[in-house]
Amino acid sequence: MKLLKLVPDNTNLDFMAWRNVALILSIIATVASLTMVGVLGLNLGVDFVGGQMIRTTFAQPIDVDQLRSRVSSLGVGDAAIQESGGPTTYQIRLPKPEGGEAAANRAASRVRGMIEQSYAGARVDAVETVSGKVSEELALDGALAITLAMLGIAVYIWFRFEWQFGVGALVTLFHDVSMIFGFFAVTQLQVDLNIVAAFLAIVGYSLNDTVVIYDRIRENLRKFRKMGIIPLLNLALNETLSRTIVTSLSIMLALTMLLIFGPDVIFGLTLAILLGTFIGTYSSIYISAPMLIWLGLKPDSFLQVDERNVPGGQEA
Amino acid sequence: MLDFPRWKIWAVSLTVAAGILFAIPSLIAGTALAERWPAWLPSAKISLGLDLSGGSQLLLEADSADASKQRLAAMEDSVTTELRRAQPRIEVGDISTTGGRLTFMVRDPTKVDAAVEKLRTLTQPVGLTGNRDWEVTVVDSTRIMLTPTPSGSARALKDAMTVARDVVRRRIDPQGTKEVTVINQGLRRILVQVPGVEDPEALKRLIGQTARLEFKLVDLTADPQQVLEGRAPAGSQVLPLADGTGAMAVRRRVMVSGDQLVDARQDFDQDGQPVVSIKFNTSGARRFGRVTQENVNKPFAIILDEKILSAPNINEPILGGQAQISGNFTVETANQLAISLASGKLPVKLNVIEERTVGPELGKDSIQKGTIASIVATLAVILFMLVTYGRFGVYATAGLVVNALMILGILAIFGSALTLPGIAGFVLTIGAAVDANVLINERIREEQRRGRKILDAIETGYKEASTAIFDANITNVIAAALMYYFGSGPIQGFAVVLMIGIVTSVFTAVNFSRMLVAIWIKRKRPRVLHI
Repeated sequence: MKLLKLVPDNTNLDFMAWRNVALILSIIATVASLTMVGVLGLNLGVDFVGGQMIRTTFAQPIDVDQLRSRVSSLGVGDAAIQESGGPTTYQIRLPKPEGGEAAANRAASRVRGMIEQSYAGARVDAVETVSGKVSEELALDGALAITLAMLGIAVYIWFRFEWQFGVGALVTLFHDVSMIFGFFAVTQLQVDLNIVAAFLAIVGYSLNDTVVIYDRIRENLRKFRKMGIIPLLNLALNETLSRTIVTSLSIMLALTMLLIFGPDVIFGLTLAILLGTFIGTYSSIYISAPMLIWLGLKPDSFLQVDERNVPGGQEA
Repeated sequence: MLDFPRWKIWAVSLTVAAGILFAIPSLIAGTALAERWPAWLPSAKISLGLDLSGGSQLLLEADSADASKQRLAAMEDSVTTELRRAQPRIEVGDISTTGGRLTFMVRDPTKVDAAVEKLRTLTQPVGLTGNRDWEVTVVDSTRIMLTPTPSGSARALKDAMTVARDVVRRRIDPQGTKEVTVINQGLRRILVQVPGVEDPEALKRLIGQTARLEFKLVDLTADPQQVLEGRAPAGSQVLPLADGTGAMAVRRRVMVSGDQLVDARQDFDQDGQPVVSIKFNTSGARRFGRVTQENVNKPFAIILDEKILSAPNINEPILGGQAQISGNFTVETANQLAISLASGKLPVKLNVIEERTVGPELGKDSIQKGTIASIVATLAVILFMLVTYGRFGVYATAGLVVNALMILGILAIFGSALTLPGIAGFVLTIGAAVDANVLINERIREEQRRGRKILDAIETGYKEASTAIFDANITNVIAAALMYYFGSGPIQGFAVVLMIGIVTSVFTAVNFSRMLVAIWIKRKRPRVLHI
């Protein structure tokens, strides 16, 4: 049987020749992403800004303007209506009502009643009410979780490898996370609690590739002590290339199936992880590895200190 | 590396078999096979999170202002009782609870020391800190002031939250038969999850009521004009009527309180109006009997949560310990009050600060689509593995399938709920689970290219790949652990699936798939390796 080989044996691509070009592109993309977040803002869900969300599936396509005017005639404040998942599924967002809990109940049940009365066969799928206090906490917890995950992983890699690797990992994660933020700013897909899970999954899996490549760099540093750092990185990247491609494709394959066949509610989450896997694969080659050059990793970094100091040692 | 002793084969096979066995009940649930599944085999099924099963979730938070108010009121009650019981009796007056502390005047200045002495017995030391829960001080030589200490308030809140949790549970699920979740979260919150409930309004009405029931005598000496202005004679207080039509002055002293109830039911009075029938315990009944005996032909007020429900006249002493509460109820509100009273009063008012309701159809839809997506994703990855690695792809596939089943089995064993993001976590894990196998297989390919013999290449492949497998998975564990720690319900479901998936995928790759490889090599002794 002839087996599929996506990457031919013994590739010898000069990845590092492109490192400066890639760096410039990455910096531009990162800055652009963060600018987009600043300019366009994120479409934050009720989880993070508080308020009410009513998710409804209608029996047939509806006139959104009519729905909007019907909702606003209920006197429940400025409603935002957006399509969500399918052509007949909508999210109705209501601001936090002034009169506390009782007012919130009234607003939600009024909208619910109107929908059931005006649209035959419509069903209310979900109602979420989040107070301002809780939403602030959720936003803080989410930001904290993502930041700590990035730092925690960087520190772990620093301990297992060398400090240059830890910093490289952190920069890579920052790059990947910025891109995903930019993606959400540009698409205006809703950022809710589930998206925090997506970010954390991306932080975990983006580094998966990086760690495998770092592991090989470490191995080669020990094996080929006389090799220059650039050819050594190229060697490690070429050796792990097939694995990088196969694993990333496998993850993307599975996620694409989930995107196509899976539940609408986790569309944003799945798309974010899918994109994150793609960006993570790129960044583990073009950010993680060249960072080591820029941070001054030397071929003798993994030698024991005493070994390095012995006059007439291998490197002398 | 390829040396698999018999015991190890057994150990790995048994672990795999156990994992699969625990997964089966969840897989065959709802089919005809489920009925033929022997009872002595594991039957635990994966529980579904609210976003999949449909239902309501409420996050309740204690109202701290109300908590300290209730605590002060309880202290006032014990103080007056204690001092009245003292021999000789210590008369107090001008009781005030403003400013978060309890102050009162001792009428006979010579008894101040005796009163302080008595009060010391009411305060208790908190833990090992040496602090007491209340600080007793004398001001202006005749006033005694009780100030709650921070450590005392903290302990009181902790106790109150524990009681509140039990009360909430009893109210939502009086029979104890439903699958409700009521747990304390943090210092002052309670999380309530009720599957299947689509409209949480009734739920909130049940929890929203503190249900502090008190019987107090109506103060007939009060000047109606002053009552309108909210002022009452000494020893009395003005309380609003529940129907909002006015206010009434009642004696501060509690005749009997809801703490002494043993039962409360919805009932009808002789006119067919819904009422709540209550029954006191022995001491409550005795006290109720005595007070009604002493106050025949006077009205007493039935007070619920600081509002007067009704103020009937005492026509005759009520001695049997049974009474009826009327007050413009519907059958539903009477029933709710009965449940609230029977479950005991909430030691602190609870506010709903977050509420999520998911309809059952959406959940069903999600499960169906999630299942299809999981199966298609698994098949796609299997196909990819087979065309890429041939025979070794078969081993990776076997590992993948076992991995998927073990994740389900472990979820069922631990009883952690599968959530919608959890489905995404499952599919992600399926895609990523082959990574360990990919690492190994690629390494074997490489070692072979370097000219190693088959056995040597496989041995080295497993050995060299193991550090990368370890480090690459640790990063995911770190992310998943933080996700679990900081996340709420659905995200935790995602984190749990990821963590289980990481463990099972590493286990299946380095044990199960390797075992299959080892067995194959031992039997066939292959001379060429297609990988």
